Amino acid sequence: MTKKSTKTITYIFITIAALISVFPLIWMIIAATNRSVDVIAGKLTFGTKLLENFQNLLQAQPVGRFFWNSCKYSVITTVLALAVCSLAGYAFEIFHDKAKDILFTIILTAMMIPFVALMVPLFQMFSKAKLLNSTVGFILPSISTPFLIMMFRQSARSFPKEIIEAARIDGLNELQIFTRMFIPTMKSTYAAATTITFMNAWNNYLWPKVIMSDNNAQTMPMMISNITSGYVTDYGMLMLAVFITTIPTAIVFFALQKSFAEGITGAVK
Amino acid sequence: MAGNNSKKMSLNKKQNLIGWFFLAPGVIFIACLSFYPAIKALITSFKTGVGVNMTWTGLSNYIRIFEDKIFIQSIRNCFFYLIIQVPIMLILALILASILNNPRLKFRGIYRTAIFLPCATSLVAYAIIFRTLFANDGYVNLVLVKLGILDSAYNFLTHPFSAKIVIIIALIWRWTGYNMVFYLAGLQNIEYSIYEAAKIDGASPFQIFRKITVPLLKPIILMTAIMSTNGTLQLFDESVNLTKGGPANASVTMSHYIFKKAFEGVTNFGYTSAMSFVIFIMVAILAIIQMKAGDKRD
Repeated sequence: MTKKSTKTITYIFITIAALISVFPLIWMIIAATNRSVDVIAGKLTFGTKLLENFQNLLQAQPVGRFFWNSCKYSVITTVLALAVCSLAGYAFEIFHDKAKDILFTIILTAMMIPFVALMVPLFQMFSKAKLLNSTVGFILPSISTPFLIMMFRQSARSFPKEIIEAARIDGLNELQIFTRMFIPTMKSTYAAATTITFMNAWNNYLWPKVIMSDNNAQTMPMMISNITSGYVTDYGMLMLAVFITTIPTAIVFFALQKSFAEGITGAVK
Repeated sequence: MAGNNSKKMSLNKKQNLIGWFFLAPGVIFIACLSFYPAIKALITSFKTGVGVNMTWTGLSNYIRIFEDKIFIQSIRNCFFYLIIQVPIMLILALILASILNNPRLKFRGIYRTAIFLPCATSLVAYAIIFRTLFANDGYVNLVLVKLGILDSAYNFLTHPFSAKIVIIIALIWRWTGYNMVFYLAGLQNIEYSIYEAAKIDGASPFQIFRKITVPLLKPIILMTAIMSTNGTLQLFDESVNLTKGGPANASVTMSHYIFKKAFEGVTNFGYTSAMSFVIFIMVAILAIIQMKAGDKRD
């Protein structure tokens, strides 16, 4: 094979991969602007029915409330998870000794516990504590995850010990060293952690399905799932709903894309 | 000297204590919301009964699993997804990452963003997009009929085999870019000059891929393999929203079936807990095998 043909094949391959990756999303956006019949007919150009679909959606579902719920749950989860897990990951690395290393290994095994095993006991615990249909109920199980703790522990490894020593001599206490030295230096790790945690919280479907029986407390993923359970589906309206559900994760993804890659690079070193 | 030493000791002790305070919230959350309920579920799995009136039953729940045809079907389905989807996805992600790692590739940023884009979609959202695309009146059928590949629309989601294949296609679409980012990150740690040198020595792209890229990325490949295995054995959103487990449980996953058993109809938490522990054992065994296999090739 000549050098040139290798190059051509490479470009063809990667272009096809990129097109396949993008097509379903573009199709979704186009469908959101068309009537259901046009979507079925395979219309691939933007239509003018976006507003109409939006009005139909507002009539069919309390989109505003679900959207607000999802935002509220995801933002609070992300803030708390980052605070708790970064502090733990930092401590596991900076103050590590034998006992803490063993504890860390035990914590890691929690990654293997499937969520369906926890679902029923958690449901029973939370219904006893009157946490069903509540924000606290949604966020509690996602605040501390072994994966995030591991990620912050890994990146704390590259945090220079001299900075800590110098800060101690300057009279900063340990918490100040963490908040004023560690957090600002580890921006890209925090960005990667934000992306992962926000997306997981926003996408969470199984857990809210278990505890959010009250219609007022439901989320966007639950809403779009419910729309499809009807007999006749309005594809234009459905794809608009799917599109709206995708916007927040897409924004987080694009805003933090560059730091995400950097943060992951730091974590896999 | 002695005084100085003891001062240092007490300082170490103080820092050690602060360390425990720092990690306490994270550890307590995991202990209360993962380990405690997991132990509770394990105990429940040896009990039987409806609601809170439960009595000890020994291993009967675990024996019942082997007689439950639908659960066995769901195990088969998960392994079908695992064996076909995970290797295709990881190899594809590796190839794409090594292409995108070339600094001389034109429009690199655009390609990278495009391929990573599916990760920005919510799981339920992409499941519904694929459900719509592969529906009887969906776009895929429209194109296949127009191209003359099919005579009339084929209902992918109501045939046992094609329903599973649609799930696999959807999973590959959603997760290839995600794994690619891990590989690209790993490749950043490898000097590009190694590749240049190999090229000058006359190595073919395939040789470079096999002899340089794969060995150097081994730890990350291992990590992504374990994560994907874990994720595939716990699949839920796709089964619920893409195929609804159908037709007739032909594509149902273990988590989906356990959820149905736990919250729809007459519930027996003892039996559902036993089933969920089967997933735990599978995840643990596969993780150990993969780590062992990863060590061997050193």
